[in-house]
Amino acid sequence: MSGQVPLLSVRDLHVTYAAAERPVPAVRGVDIELEVGETLGLAGESGCGKSSLAGALLRLLPGGTEVTGEVLLDGEDVLTMKPGRLRAVRWTDLAIVFQGALHTLNPVQRVGDQIGEAIRLHSKGTSHAKVRERVGELLELVGLPARRARDYPHQLSGGQRQRVLIGLALACEPRLLIADEPTTALDVMVQAQVLRLLEDLQERFGLATIFITHDLSTLASVCRRLAVMYAGRIVEQGPSHDVFAAPTHPYTRALAGAFPVIGDQAFRMAPAGLPGDPPDPRHLPEGCPFHPRCPAAVETCSSVPVELWPAGPGRAAACIHAPGSPVPA
Amino acid sequence: MSAEGNGALLEVSGLKVEFPGRHGTARAVDGVDFTMKSGEIVALVGESGCGKTTLARSIMGLQRPLAGEVRVRGETLRYGRRALRDHRRSAQMIFQDPTGALNARQTIYEAVAEGVRIHRLPGNEEEVVAEGLSRAGLRPPERFFTRYPYEISGGQRQRVIIAGAMVLNPSLLVADEPVSSLDASIRGEILALMLKLVRETQIGILVVTHDLGLAWNVADRVAVMYLGRIVEEGPTEEILSSPRHPYTRALLSVVPEIAQMEQQILSGEAPDPTRIPSGCRFHPRCPLVESGKAAELGIEERCRTEDPVELPACHAVR
Repeated sequence: MSGQVPLLSVRDLHVTYAAAERPVPAVRGVDIELEVGETLGLAGESGCGKSSLAGALLRLLPGGTEVTGEVLLDGEDVLTMKPGRLRAVRWTDLAIVFQGALHTLNPVQRVGDQIGEAIRLHSKGTSHAKVRERVGELLELVGLPARRARDYPHQLSGGQRQRVLIGLALACEPRLLIADEPTTALDVMVQAQVLRLLEDLQERFGLATIFITHDLSTLASVCRRLAVMYAGRIVEQGPSHDVFAAPTHPYTRALAGAFPVIGDQAFRMAPAGLPGDPPDPRHLPEGCPFHPRCPAAVETCSSVPVELWPAGPGRAAACIHAPGSPVPA
Repeated sequence: MSAEGNGALLEVSGLKVEFPGRHGTARAVDGVDFTMKSGEIVALVGESGCGKTTLARSIMGLQRPLAGEVRVRGETLRYGRRALRDHRRSAQMIFQDPTGALNARQTIYEAVAEGVRIHRLPGNEEEVVAEGLSRAGLRPPERFFTRYPYEISGGQRQRVIIAGAMVLNPSLLVADEPVSSLDASIRGEILALMLKLVRETQIGILVVTHDLGLAWNVADRVAVMYLGRIVEEGPTEEILSSPRHPYTRALLSVVPEIAQMEQQILSGEAPDPTRIPSGCRFHPRCPLVESGKAAELGIEERCRTEDPVELPACHAVR
């Protein structure tokens, strides 16, 4: 199903939050393309702009936030849609799953009714029986018995609630799902269950997914492509296995090293971290924003601006050490 | 390794903790025997609800056990006020969320000095605090004295917590998920700090976690807990390279990097401590029972009826 127009095409996206002293540029020019059924992993740490990016795609950011660039969904710009059209697109084309499953569900409403509400709002006139049937189907799809529709959120465990949220996100058969840290608060075993569910949904329905987390190893195992963000920009991207196995950007290398490979002696009694903290988006360092923390930094790094340069087949990295960098290191 | 007489830093024997509830009594810790030595990092791993945090809390004296006892350096933990205060000087605990653990309206200096005052440590308070901060990697320490928690990063906050614990010169540090709320790059820094402290001070650290990678990164030994019991225990390399208990194997198989292992995703979540199954407590979720392997080995009946006590707690191993 590879038409001319990709399912999602983000061009030069900027997100700037209004603040008393000085505006905060959280996303500073991001480009993303996603085909039908494709999965993209977006990695990065707190404050790198990954959640702001997700929020911008659905226009969920607080009022007063400046969002520029284009978010083309089937060629249509989400950023300029009229409210009515936007409401129709959310849920039916684009849906999002957040991390805090505890707080997203309404505690005093049965979970089945919450899913049913989404269905009724988006296809008015659906009969009660039909809605109930669809709710049951959705719950079973995410691996819960249909009778759980009668439960309140507090009667479900964390993993079950996360499943309900995924079911809710899928209620109107979206084509693109954005999963923002969907498994971070969950236990290892439940995390594996949820990841397998997402993989299964991609295969069965051709659902495209943008998967956001700081755990690079999780992304490498579920996503075909990987993009790493730092200080509001993508600093490396490419096929996930290549990026994870042989990172080009020193930041990606640090992220990959943070999660040890069990059994690999290189990690035994040798936790790897990255000294320093991410930069304040209001006061970004000159040149490459990563240079103050970079173990491979040379003098040029503090003055020459970097951009995504070619770094092997299907890969790019914003580092002057990248193979395709025009700047002599 | 079992208890080495008087050399053990921590000995837990026959420990049971129960919580009464509307739907029956939860046997959160259901008979745990466990020892560790000074200068050792032990990872206590298991799913949510397996009782690992309750076990940690009873080691700290924050939870009174129904049966069994906790000994630190041969001395049995008692629950009088004085005894508990002394215990909490030699055993310190740090938690998952450093932001919640710090008082937002207290400076870093006050946060670290609090323990020093409570326990009336001798010496110049300012020097003690400064040394604690710099040992935890916050240098120069004076720069942090007048700062508030919101002015420093998450990783620095966890360092402040560690400094506050270490100024009391404890012999045991219990760390409950110390890095799971931290970013990837900071995680390694905090783990490296823990390794450094063990080497410098011969403290023993018990890390409660669900993260097996963390165990590979820093732990000398691993103890795997399931439904209130330790089911397998041993040196980290042995347990993580050739696990013998099917539960340990399943936990390992879902770690994303271990591609060569076939994933064994156990269905459901950690079961209910108010209804611990008879026989082997793992049998309703055990891949050996489900696949018929247990029947083949002729042990299925025992799995359903007989509680395995020796470690690894699995009938198929023997």
